[in-house]
Amino acid sequence: MVGRRDPHVDSAVKQALSVSIATGLYGVSFGALATVAGLDLAQTAALSLLLFSGGSQFAFIGVVGSGGSPVAAVTTAALLGVRNGLYGVQVAPLISVRRALRPLAAQLTIDESTAVATAHREPAAVRAGFWWTGIGVFVLWNVFTLVGALVGNALGDPRRYGLDAAAAAAFLALVWPRLAGRLAQVVAGAAVLVALALTPVTPPGVPVLAAAGVAVVIGLTRTAAPTAPTTPTTHGDAT
Amino acid sequence: MSASAVTWVAVLAASAACFGIKLAGHLVPAHWLTDPRVARIASLVTVSLLAALVGVQTVTSGPHLVLDARIPALAVAAVALVLRAPFIVVVIAAAVTAALIRALTG
Repeated sequence: MVGRRDPHVDSAVKQALSVSIATGLYGVSFGALATVAGLDLAQTAALSLLLFSGGSQFAFIGVVGSGGSPVAAVTTAALLGVRNGLYGVQVAPLISVRRALRPLAAQLTIDESTAVATAHREPAAVRAGFWWTGIGVFVLWNVFTLVGALVGNALGDPRRYGLDAAAAAAFLALVWPRLAGRLAQVVAGAAVLVALALTPVTPPGVPVLAAAGVAVVIGLTRTAAPTAPTTPTTHGDAT
Repeated sequence: MSASAVTWVAVLAASAACFGIKLAGHLVPAHWLTDPRVARIASLVTVSLLAALVGVQTVTSGPHLVLDARIPALAVAAVALVLRAPFIVVVIAAAVTAALIRALTG
């Protein structure tokens, strides 16, 4: 960029770097929790390289760690990955990449790269924001995943270090920014109740998946009756 | 299959599914997904799965509901989030809280 300094691009790149560092750092917690959940170093690294989506990765190890079946782990991870598909629909026309680069752009399409890209208006800044954030998070997330996995392997009993509580806190931090709207809060509350009610009576992994059904039912009924008096619609749903 | 091989299959299947979803987003014509219900429900599914994971990770142990040091740890995490602490600080604060309570109540 030396020689043709575009202030919009500069601002997108700066934002991309700070987001990359912040996001990359919590790869440490993913790496540590993955090994605590029973994955080995290579499996942990493979998730960050190949799956590369924080929410899905934490969900995968959460289900595996609580004794859930592999099918439940894969299904939960995939359902949490659906939003990345919608991000792709949103960013693809903005970054207009060559056909050969689309698989790479797709793999880098996550919460952070989409957020930074769509925060800008100038096409050059949108593209810079997407690629710098996507590549920056990818590199740091993978490096810090390895650091975390090595630390997790060295620690021993996870409960002694509160790592089970750390896993719960990680999910709380992931859902927190999505709880701005009333509808999202209702769905979150209902999801927790359904998951806890099912825990004693279903195989591990099923309670979390059943909670997704809650979202579909509430989402559909709410759309079918947009003027329902019980849900004020004046503020957004954080979508 | 050994437990490790089963985990590998699951890791690769989850990765393939998530990549397929990402790639589909870049390849489908945008007008296929203009129905606002699709985006709304996808967003709510994300919220519901993450919220359910918070609940399960905080108060269950196997098939049992268990109230232990994880609850005050989660409260500390919530306070950290209200104070806009970075993700890594939220996670460490929760871990330290639970570890301290367990060390003290041993």
